[in-house]
Amino acid sequence: MQEEESLGDIVFVQLPEVGSDVNPQDECGALESVKAASELYSPVSGTVTEINSALEEKPELVNKSCYDGGWLFKLKLKDADEIKTLMHEEQYSEFLKSDH
Amino acid sequence: MAINRQLHSSSRKVEQNAKRQYSAALKVKPEPERQKEPRKTALYDLHVQYGGKMVNFAGYYLPVQYEDASIGSSHLHTRSNCSLFDVSHMMQTKVYGEDSIEFLESLCVSDIQGMKKEQSALSLFTSDETGGIIDDFIVTKVSDQNLFLVSNASRKSNVKNLISEKLDEFTANGKKVFVEFFDSQRQSLIALQGPQTANILQPFVNINLDELFFMNGTVAKVCGIENCRITRCGYTGEDGVEISIPTSYVTDIVRSLLQCEQVQLAGLGARDTLRLEAGLCLHGNDIDENTTPIEAGLAWTIGKRRKQEKNFPGSALIMDQISNGVNKKRVGIVKIGGPPARPGTTIVGYEDEVVGRVTSGCPSPSLGVNIAMGYVNPSYAKSKTELRLKIREKLYDASVSKMPFVPAKYYSPKK
Repeated sequence: MQEEESLGDIVFVQLPEVGSDVNPQDECGALESVKAASELYSPVSGTVTEINSALEEKPELVNKSCYDGGWLFKLKLKDADEIKTLMHEEQYSEFLKSDH
Repeated sequence: MAINRQLHSSSRKVEQNAKRQYSAALKVKPEPERQKEPRKTALYDLHVQYGGKMVNFAGYYLPVQYEDASIGSSHLHTRSNCSLFDVSHMMQTKVYGEDSIEFLESLCVSDIQGMKKEQSALSLFTSDETGGIIDDFIVTKVSDQNLFLVSNASRKSNVKNLISEKLDEFTANGKKVFVEFFDSQRQSLIALQGPQTANILQPFVNINLDELFFMNGTVAKVCGIENCRITRCGYTGEDGVEISIPTSYVTDIVRSLLQCEQVQLAGLGARDTLRLEAGLCLHGNDIDENTTPIEAGLAWTIGKRRKQEKNFPGSALIMDQISNGVNKKRVGIVKIGGPPARPGTTIVGYEDEVVGRVTSGCPSPSLGVNIAMGYVNPSYAKSKTELRLKIREKLYDASVSKMPFVPAKYYSPKK
């Protein structure tokens, strides 16, 4: 979760509904900062089992505590192997520096 | 909502095909091409040194914010204290010669004749064919034969073409008008905005700022540098000034001003949220060639004399709109909670009918609600009219609001 640094302070988080199916191709929510909206994509396919409702009142948790209090939603994986295709934190940092 | 703008697609182009000849004083440099590397203002290195997150804005690298302050905190600092913005990307133009007032009036809606010396005004270049707004700009009447214009960076080439074509016409008719477009390499522009501006700036200038009221300008020495032009105006709704400075001195002056702890650098992000709270239009978002001054709620910029004489560009269509109304109107919109509306958001009425479109929107740092501007069908334009905004397929309640959203605090003479 480094997106929050390029977006700036998050002022609103829109999350998928519990029970909905998500996949990496489709937008499933959005992060809004003062300046811009950024669509949210799930990194892997699955069914949403829980969302972080604390973000309704405190969207700033995404900035302050992205690995802890600022989590977005929990998924039941459709295909556990999909995890292997994801980047590590260092790889993602490099990716953000590149001209993607 | 489209209206018929073909009324006046006249044949006056014919006379503009007269032999093109540039006045000797017109210094038009070749326009940088679109896809080129953005240009740097003279303050680029200073922005980077202060942690500016640089983005390409209208062909210039400019800071959207600085690393030690969020857009929200920078915004609130401007409302309570004083912020410094680099606005050197904007176009600065000098129009001079004995026919300069007649010249500029032939392109815009203002009564420049009727302005006092060193008075400034918001004005609009309008299209004679469509009545649409080619650009908005601030004009200062330095004297009867010298006008100073500040217009939008994003409209530089359009305004240069507009002015150059009209200049050909005037020159061919033997009129005495000269135009200088100041490149940012030669002339820079900074804005100091916020309630503490005058207190902070006073020790650095050789004029009494108590006597320089909102929408008035003067030449002054700033930090000992001659020939700076201070105009009491801005784009935030706060008291403040814009200072035009010879580029070779701008970095020194900004560094001196930044010695005051109260002065913080602010970027494009805060500039945008501040101007939106102040109800001020951004050309390209809230006004453009497809909106007229009447639709945009900017009829007040049209000089009374100009309306009587009906001779400003687009006057046929615009005067008709004044008498017979318009098909869309710019309004403010407030939405409490949830996501902010962004440009393009559909505005929906209570019978699911589409009634308009948002042109600017953000969470308001001062008010803690979401604010937006947009165009709606005039029957939905009354303050407090309830509407809905369609954001990512969901409908949210909102209502029409008077603008400015945050009251302006301009420094005007006490009545």
